[in-house]
Amino acid sequence: MKIHEYQAKQLFREAGVAVPRGFVADTPQTAVDAFCKLATPLAVVKAQIHAGGRGKGTVADVPGQRGVQRVRSREEAEQAAGNLLGHRLVTAQTPPEGKTVHRVLVEEGRAIAREFYLGVAMDRAAGGPVLIASAEGGMEIEHIAATMPERIHRAPLDADCGLRAHQIRTLAWRLGLPPAALRAAEPFVQALVAMFLRHDCSLVEINPLVLTPEQDLLALDGKISFDPSALFRHPELAGLRDLTEEDPAEVRAGEAGLSYVKLEGNIGCLVNGAGLAMSTMDVIQLHGGQPANFLDVGGGANVQQVTEALRILIGDASVRAVLVNIFGGIMQCTTIAHALVEACRSVHFNVPLVVRLEGTEVEEGCRILAANGLDILTATDLTDAAKKAVAAAKAPQNK
Amino acid sequence: MSILIDGNTRVLCQGITGRAGQFHARHCREYGTRLVGGVTPGRGGQTVEGVPVFDTVAEAVEKTGADATMIFVPPPAAADAILEAAAAGVPLVVAITEGIPVLDMVRAMKVLGRCPSRLIGPNCPGVITPEQCKIGIMPGYIHRRGPIGVISRSGTLTYEAVWQLTSIGLGQSTCVGLGGDPLVGTSFVELLRMFQEDPETEGILMIGEIGGAAEEEAARFVADHVSKPVAAFVAGRTAPPGKRMGHAGAIISGGRGTAAEKTAALQSAGILVAQSPAEMGLTMQRAMQR
Repeated sequence: MKIHEYQAKQLFREAGVAVPRGFVADTPQTAVDAFCKLATPLAVVKAQIHAGGRGKGTVADVPGQRGVQRVRSREEAEQAAGNLLGHRLVTAQTPPEGKTVHRVLVEEGRAIAREFYLGVAMDRAAGGPVLIASAEGGMEIEHIAATMPERIHRAPLDADCGLRAHQIRTLAWRLGLPPAALRAAEPFVQALVAMFLRHDCSLVEINPLVLTPEQDLLALDGKISFDPSALFRHPELAGLRDLTEEDPAEVRAGEAGLSYVKLEGNIGCLVNGAGLAMSTMDVIQLHGGQPANFLDVGGGANVQQVTEALRILIGDASVRAVLVNIFGGIMQCTTIAHALVEACRSVHFNVPLVVRLEGTEVEEGCRILAANGLDILTATDLTDAAKKAVAAAKAPQNK
Repeated sequence: MSILIDGNTRVLCQGITGRAGQFHARHCREYGTRLVGGVTPGRGGQTVEGVPVFDTVAEAVEKTGADATMIFVPPPAAADAILEAAAAGVPLVVAITEGIPVLDMVRAMKVLGRCPSRLIGPNCPGVITPEQCKIGIMPGYIHRRGPIGVISRSGTLTYEAVWQLTSIGLGQSTCVGLGGDPLVGTSFVELLRMFQEDPETEGILMIGEIGGAAEEEAARFVADHVSKPVAAFVAGRTAPPGKRMGHAGAIISGGRGTAAEKTAALQSAGILVAQSPAEMGLTMQRAMQR
């Protein structure tokens, strides 16, 4: 689960990780109020969206407006907020049409002596969380990793006790932090690590981490993601979710207990099992088609879930054919056949449906599909299913 | 011979009184697995699926001599259940549960590293030695005894592969589901080593997917240590970067962990990689014929 910068900074603040003073605003007037409350000569108005690259981002209908704007007066704050709020911001990390800005963060401007990258991420090879730091602040960490990997420093965390003091001192030395900043570095990093562990995060990034002329450390930007499997034990995080930032179909699928990812193609997929679902997408492409989505109904799919899954697929206007690929293990093919029959009765189908069943009770499952007079193309194996689905998607549609 | 489990393995079911635990305990028993007991804290003294239920794994091991356990405990308590089995000295722990918090597994792995117990999973379909012992949720009937060792990160995709193998007359020695999570107890490498040493296994089929570097690590091991024919398939060629594709471990991040990279690594180790998921069985056959 992702959250906005202003929310990440609030969590930092609560954890004792220093951040600039700032207030979130959702109207130009509240942005002006925030500017006044800050009472600094320089403030920064920052669009709040779940995407990076906001500094270079552009607003389609307001030429010259960027996603991050320095302001020195109430009027400038009001104008920047007005140009961003309710408008779509396009950055290198958003879809081409951009994302609508619903809030801005109005923050005090601070002098920057040096910039760093500091993050904590899960590292599979290390078997746990790792602190990652670089003196190349302000750049994409992947770019640094690709072009100058020797400038990235890593320190593995212990999931119970975090980092040891010597690890932080050594890291500070590698980053070239001046001695005066070392005093600030240890509590700052320990607080960040403690926060990561306490909230079951999957990623925390501070880019840039700023060293001020006064030798204070500040998180100038903040990005936090949480482990979805751990959310059940973090009621304090539930309210941070921003549904407007998520694909509506993915939200709907999640609520039905389905795993769904929207893709660019026109062949809807409904499969049981993540590996088989990915393979179904792959085999469609192999035979000249493009999957419209990934969808895993899971091992215990019932009528309601299959119906909801079909509704979500049909709700996607780009879908021109649907491929149902089920390998019945413990789930019997008869169960999925009954579910499909029920679902087809309640969902108005206007695209061809290709069904491939295999596994437990397959003959009876196919008989049920045939006997119900459903307009279904049945397929024997993965190749047959893919070819039929691709052909069906290319055929002229009767809508 | 097979690896890990056979007709003598005595199996416990942790979470046997839950819906999934009870259902699968029954199916395993019906397949021929020697189910000897179950564990649910607070339900000791009951009998479920013909076996005694205990409050603790320690007591279950003492009373039944169990040497393997399958875990159907819900996510909040699953890591604890894994560690309880390890603490009781159960040699093989098969964790079926999906959705265990990552940090729970990080902490569990730290402890497991100091124990002799082997963990398979979590978030896996289990382990099966056809016609002898089934520990997990896979449909038994698609399997046949034979010369192919199967190692997979997937569930139903594994069944698809096994079905293809059985259909062309290539039975299986043992099939192991590694699990779909980013941190799992056993990797491809350890199982490749076991299959290489197993007299009954003559060929090995690997089924991988996007995310992490397990396939790349496996490829290096095969190149140096495996002389038996190996075939593979990697799911997720069409997966977009940055999105979790169902499995918590199936995510391309920072540009790494793509199907293309994995396929290339496997091929450079002399492994035959199926282009289509419909040809996993056929590809294994071709590898055996080389």
